[in-house]
Amino acid sequence: MPACFPARRFAAAGLLALTMTVAAPLAPALLGAPPAQAAEKGVFFPESFTLSNGMQVVVIPNHRVPVVTHMVWYKVGAADEERGQSGIAHFLEHLMFKGTDAIQPGEFSRIIAKNGGRDNAFTSYDYTAYYQNVARDRLEMVMRMEADRMANLKLTDAVVYPERDVIIEERRQRIENEPADRIGEQINATLFVHHPYGTPVIGWPQEMSALTREMAEHFYKTWYTPNNAILVVSGDVTAAELKPLAERYYGAIAARPVPERKRVTEPPLTSSRQVVLRDEEVRQPSVRRIWTAPSYRQDQDGQAYALQVLAEIMSGGTTSRLYRSLVVDQKLATSAWLGYGPTAWDMATLSVGASPAAGVPMDKLEPALWAEVDKLLKSGVTEEEVATARKRMLASAAYARDSLTGPAQTLGAALATGQSIDDVENWPVRIDAVTADQVNAAARAVLSQTNHVTGLLLPPTGKDS
Amino acid sequence: MSVRHISMRSGVAAVFLAIVAIALPAHAMDIKRVVSPGGIEAWLVEDHKVPVLALEWVFDGAGGTDPQGKEGLANIASTMLDEGAGPYDSQAFQARLQDKAIALGFESGRDGFGGSMRTLAENREEALELTRLALTEPHFAPEALDRMRASVMASLKRDLADPNYVARRQFYATAFPDHPYGGENRGSLDSLPTITPDDLRTFVKGQFGRDRLVVTAAGDISPEDLGKALDKVFGGLPIKADAKPISDVTMSGLGQTILLPRPTAQTVMLMGQPGVKRDDPDWYAATVMNYVLGGGGFGSRLMEEVREKRGLSYGVYSYLIPMDHTALVMAGGSTVNAKAGQALDIMRQEWARMAKDGLTDQEMADAKTYLTGSFPLQLGSTQAIARILLQVKRDKLGIDYLNQRDRYINAVSQADVKRVAQRLLDPAKLLTVLVGRPEGVSPTRTIDGGS
Repeated sequence: MPACFPARRFAAAGLLALTMTVAAPLAPALLGAPPAQAAEKGVFFPESFTLSNGMQVVVIPNHRVPVVTHMVWYKVGAADEERGQSGIAHFLEHLMFKGTDAIQPGEFSRIIAKNGGRDNAFTSYDYTAYYQNVARDRLEMVMRMEADRMANLKLTDAVVYPERDVIIEERRQRIENEPADRIGEQINATLFVHHPYGTPVIGWPQEMSALTREMAEHFYKTWYTPNNAILVVSGDVTAAELKPLAERYYGAIAARPVPERKRVTEPPLTSSRQVVLRDEEVRQPSVRRIWTAPSYRQDQDGQAYALQVLAEIMSGGTTSRLYRSLVVDQKLATSAWLGYGPTAWDMATLSVGASPAAGVPMDKLEPALWAEVDKLLKSGVTEEEVATARKRMLASAAYARDSLTGPAQTLGAALATGQSIDDVENWPVRIDAVTADQVNAAARAVLSQTNHVTGLLLPPTGKDS
Repeated sequence: MSVRHISMRSGVAAVFLAIVAIALPAHAMDIKRVVSPGGIEAWLVEDHKVPVLALEWVFDGAGGTDPQGKEGLANIASTMLDEGAGPYDSQAFQARLQDKAIALGFESGRDGFGGSMRTLAENREEALELTRLALTEPHFAPEALDRMRASVMASLKRDLADPNYVARRQFYATAFPDHPYGGENRGSLDSLPTITPDDLRTFVKGQFGRDRLVVTAAGDISPEDLGKALDKVFGGLPIKADAKPISDVTMSGLGQTILLPRPTAQTVMLMGQPGVKRDDPDWYAATVMNYVLGGGGFGSRLMEEVREKRGLSYGVYSYLIPMDHTALVMAGGSTVNAKAGQALDIMRQEWARMAKDGLTDQEMADAKTYLTGSFPLQLGSTQAIARILLQVKRDKLGIDYLNQRDRYINAVSQADVKRVAQRLLDPAKLLTVLVGRPEGVSPTRTIDGGS
């Protein structure tokens, strides 16, 4: 039916409760395999090859509709910025639409659109990606255009500085308009005291307004090379069809040395910290606590997979531990969750949170929430809980290939954060192998750290509803 | 790290485009009309390449008007159908869905009450049975009702901190006073506590009827099996519903500029005036016009003038909202408070320019190639295909519509666009809602008390 109200235009994480569930684990798959059997390797069944200049190419054939998703991922993001230039990775992403000798400023998206396509780009801590969704007969056109701006970006002050105003407005819109977004940024900045993951991807406002064309050009020249990029194409194409095109357009660009990704590490921290935001706009309070946790790349002993199973047990729907205890049985909360997303170059985070039911003061909800964490640490999860969680994760993963863009997104993000295709394809096998002992060991390793940050989003004092 | 940290160049409004842009090349899909042994009709795109089945349905006109004092009833019903049904209590029902990765969901709107189900083919029978139970034997246990009520009330409170929500609420309340389109679908903190399990039972009994049912399916199922599935899931429903459709309405508040002062960093702007309904002969002309005006993201006139040339906003856009009993043409965006007056003036000037001059030939040509060429991009998943079918079937566009759509779009002439632009777009008649601390605007009314 027609929507009476347009949905929010931006998929920004507006609610504490949504932040991590959006970052859900890879949604990989075991197509058609009955859950009772042992899981087998294979999620997206991609093909891959490398061009002579070092650019990796990944193809995920899907011949359902004659369209393709074409993505170029650069292995650079906000965490690779020079200190004092926060936001430059994202600013450059915007400026990549400002033209080359072949394409006039602002024409890139217009050309895609008049060819019946859609395009966009996004920046994270560890990667920057550009994509076009087009009919398969326009694939060569978008490859030519994307390769052109990999090598030939031309920036002028006349196009750069109005765009700086745009990213400042973007920051206001995404972060500053809503208290839930503001506290999210500040919780993150408190958790990471030294590592660049504590600096927002979009940048701090005082540094964003001082970003220059020269900084953007320097970042571009330093990081945007074919050997630092990954081409991912999903849709109605085969590797044999794609290879000559990839050689012609991307293979023609010379490789250049790229700096090693060297990020500072966190100092040893032992104190817990609390971030409190009281604001007139807050009518529905919430609490969350966040810990650092291993990412896939940093994971030494399979903890990342165990933590995903833990998230399913604690937070997978209304039969999960947290929902059952706090929402159904104790009636203290309207939502309760545990979120974990292991796709990161450096460390990941794990968080636990809840929103109180009407009339429940935060000082009653909080102890009940932490009691669930304590119970987990003390008594652990059972083999039965783990078996149910594994079964559900493998079953829902079977939808992974029923999508055009999803597989390209998942593989691109994985490869840009240090995983291999083999890692991604083995996800079902690794999830299927997780035991209760592993979940309990991983839970203890993360949740017994004392250097967590607790964030409280509250109405002004005296207005607690 | 993870998705929550991603910052995008633009969250291009696919949701708006989806309303506007339905086109399909002839080669893409073979739509079958299936009639079950019990006489229930559905459209099907059969596709065995992926072992997934998606079913989409709507009870047309159901839940359009909540009873006085029970506002939010239809929406609560949409949250309660999967909270225990048949032999299963809430936890058991949810566990069965989760164990088999079956997605079952319901949605209430003023024009109908919809549902969707997605399952792996191997779990089809269980998925159909759970869907049948949810529709015909829901428990409506008091415990679950209290929980869902609390959740809806929390979401209402949470939304009050979102200036976009506050703007939308004010816009619709002003545009449609005393009409269901003007009310909050989820009800209010006052009305929700009055809703009882008996209200829900009465709702389901009266609103779900086979005379209102529109169903589509896509994926791994044969027409024959779909026929059986239709009878199984929907065959037990009453033949006729009592649902009374809501009345036609034309928006009010034309020419008003309403300010809700809020201590936000930006001013959120939302404006609109009467638009074209889906069956309006000028629908396609309006679609082309809207694409150029502000529906097309980068390259649209609003985006070009407000963002690209002047950097006043991260995004401004326009869109058509066709409803069953009214229609709107809308525009919106957000901008720094100090420049709100300037941004608003530019948007109104573009509104007037379109009404006066229509499109250039280049704009016309580019709009047509986009609107016809981009459609297959929406067919990426089984569920997306079933959803698009449902929209076409519900709007009574005909089973061959997807093959005709390019032709309708390409037939739009400059004179058509000019006519519809002149008919629809008049900046003096826009209802404008501003939330923030805008400078350089003269509101006709200021509503304090936001916070």
